[in-house]
Amino acid sequence: MVNGSQPVVQARGIVKIFGQHRALDGVDFEVRPGEVHALLGENGAGKSTLIKILTGAYQPDGGEILLEGGPVRFSDPLDAQRHGIGTVYQEVNLLPNRSVAENLFLGHQPTRFGMVQRRVIEVKARELLATYGLEIDVKAELGSYSVAVQQIVAIARAVELSGKVLVLDEPTASLDRNEVAKMFEVVGRLKARGLGIIFITHFLDQVFEIADRVTILRNGKLIGTRTLSEVTTTDVVRMMLGKDLAFDHGGVGVAEAVQGPVRVQFKSLGRQGKVAPFTLSLHEGEVVGVAGLLGSGRTEMARLMFGVDTADGGEISVGGRVVSIRNPAQAVAAGFGFCPEDRKLDGIFGELSVRENIIIALQAKLGWFRALNRDEQDEIAGNYAEALDIRAANHDMPVKLLSGGNQQKVILARWLAIDPNFLILDEPTRGIDVGAHAEIVRTINRLREEGLALLVISSELDEVVAYSNRIVVMRDREMVAELSGADIAPSVIVAAIADNRGSQAAKMETSA
Amino acid sequence: MNRALRPLLATTAIFVLAYLAAIIQFPAMLSTRVLGNFLTDNAFLGIAAVGMTFVIISGGIDLSVGAVIGFTTVLNAVLIMWLGLHPLFAFAISLTVAAAFGAVMGAAIHYLKVPSFIVTLAGMFLARGGASVLSPDSIGIKHEVYTTISKSYVLLPGGGRLTVIAMIMLVVFVLGMILAHRTRFGSYVYALGGSEVSAGLMGVPVARTTILIYTLSAFLAGLAGIVFSLYTSAGYSLSALGVELDAIAAVVIGGTLLTGGYGFIAGTFIGVMLQGLVQTYIVFDGSLSSWWTKIVIGGLLFLFILLQRLVFSAAAPRRKVFWKS
Repeated sequence: MVNGSQPVVQARGIVKIFGQHRALDGVDFEVRPGEVHALLGENGAGKSTLIKILTGAYQPDGGEILLEGGPVRFSDPLDAQRHGIGTVYQEVNLLPNRSVAENLFLGHQPTRFGMVQRRVIEVKARELLATYGLEIDVKAELGSYSVAVQQIVAIARAVELSGKVLVLDEPTASLDRNEVAKMFEVVGRLKARGLGIIFITHFLDQVFEIADRVTILRNGKLIGTRTLSEVTTTDVVRMMLGKDLAFDHGGVGVAEAVQGPVRVQFKSLGRQGKVAPFTLSLHEGEVVGVAGLLGSGRTEMARLMFGVDTADGGEISVGGRVVSIRNPAQAVAAGFGFCPEDRKLDGIFGELSVRENIIIALQAKLGWFRALNRDEQDEIAGNYAEALDIRAANHDMPVKLLSGGNQQKVILARWLAIDPNFLILDEPTRGIDVGAHAEIVRTINRLREEGLALLVISSELDEVVAYSNRIVVMRDREMVAELSGADIAPSVIVAAIADNRGSQAAKMETSA
Repeated sequence: MNRALRPLLATTAIFVLAYLAAIIQFPAMLSTRVLGNFLTDNAFLGIAAVGMTFVIISGGIDLSVGAVIGFTTVLNAVLIMWLGLHPLFAFAISLTVAAAFGAVMGAAIHYLKVPSFIVTLAGMFLARGGASVLSPDSIGIKHEVYTTISKSYVLLPGGGRLTVIAMIMLVVFVLGMILAHRTRFGSYVYALGGSEVSAGLMGVPVARTTILIYTLSAFLAGLAGIVFSLYTSAGYSLSALGVELDAIAAVVIGGTLLTGGYGFIAGTFIGVMLQGLVQTYIVFDGSLSSWWTKIVIGGLLFLFILLQRLVFSAAAPRRKVFWKS
């Protein structure tokens, strides 16, 4: 049935441009009735942009959308909803302060003489939720239920009001295994009713569990649409990370022989529900790469190391001495630096000057009473700007005017200024012109040669192999492999990321 | 039990206990006379507080209420005494002007994306200034309609008087309750207070609802102004100074969450009555400065904000769910 029918919604050659950046470049996508179609891609691949276009939140700059064969334009999400496309977002967009029944029917409450007929609504709500296998007190506040229940209420509302296509944007991100099973039961029922379902997630095993087909995007381009029964996890990971594995990268890697004493050691560091306890030592002059898909626990690991999130077990030692790192200030005091993934949000102070951005961590470390005077600031900023080749007209211009690569170097300079023991870089080349990638990679290599210990998280496998002495692989919030020597090659990394769905399923069953 | 009910129950309990304590000290306070005066003396505050409740539930604030009351009293006096209009006609004009003023503020809040705090602060200066320009001095209102209205009352058992303006307030409260809890508009107001983004995505007409909320608040402030001019038989630009703050206090004491999304019109009624009780107690006592009212209200406000924090910051209890397989 799935293969024969006409698509209920179809996007053809969609183009979306933000400023200079092509967020989507000629992407085709379709959903058939009675099909669960997964949409996969790393951060910045264009998943959410495509969804926003399909649900009317954005207007495409090129291409067309066909609904049941006819071209349509959605002016806003409500318009898309009226046309039959309903969306459920990861952070439930309902009203936690109102009752379940009201959330289901808000704006469509039956009224008599202008009075809302509350009884009627409650009865209808109870009946509606029963068809989803949910028996709850519909008069209670929505916020008093778990996220899973809220998701299902949101699905019920979306299906009730639209009824052709249901978009599920990371609906399982905050659910436990049992709740995911319930959610999939609901999805199965809707699929049987003939709805077209678009399922966005970064859990590969869930894609294989529930979806019929998968479409993979990378850097705004369509990589391909596949029927899931015909592909393996490795195929999908390879498509997502986009590495031509036939090509041998051997010899690019870094000689591992030159290794200094242990600089930093993390022993069974972990946090319930975030990252399983891991043990990792970094030596002087060593770069450890971290590979893994989005949501695998990469960033969570870095946040634990830097004290952004507090570990609930394990210990950290620096140069052999155990230190307590429960917040970023303690991490800085221990000589750690952290360049976060979302530079604009967590890294730079856009309105402040290049100079101020560079000296801020050093100043924070020195404290209130040892203010750096203007000459010292200029000197420090100047030195690092020169060392890292930061291209800015002058050091007093706001850092937000710089290119992505130069902003990244400003953050690097900020941490180098405190003379760190250990530097964590989370996706250092994301959102940077391809040309500037090589420069960041060169900088990382140079810092390593100068004796710094670095942990670099990246989904660019080519780059990881180019600067890492060792690579650890994260999957399902757990460190699953540590690669070194000849194993530092994209094909080995992809295999480790995709590894054995069988054992993964087994593990989940035992935990469920 | 619904969490949102807890502050309301607390207010009710405090009111009952405080009233009992007052009666034990001054048995005369237990009479329909005192009760009737409660209602009459606080009628304008109660009416304005109903509008304020809607605004606060929607997640906003209206600082222009007192100024609109003052402006309406002056506008009424000018229309009746200087232009010789019939009071009922003057009332209609005043209410229309007030409602239009609120609509403009609501539109500014929504379309210019300016916080309601700032827009209504500007509205407050405009209305207060406008009233002073119309007439800086108090204008006495002498008209047979005014005398008739202020003389009419329903005699309560026990000799108390339920005046016309007290009845207006009670009617406004009843209508307010129906509007808030039984109509689509009411559910939209709560939706805005819960999350404006979600409300918009769910199809709530955000612009229209926002404008209507501030229109309603200003309309009721206008009505409160009419009631105030009936109460004092005068129009004065500096009347009802700071009433917006008393109204906010009544709303918060009545269990409405300042951050929006939760609240009851009935709670506001008790909030107003609690303020009236404190005033009456001070009158009975005779030796206390009337500023003690403010101190008590301040203390109560603080207590209730604390209470709301406790009730709403505690993690929401997770309800049991029955999954049918």
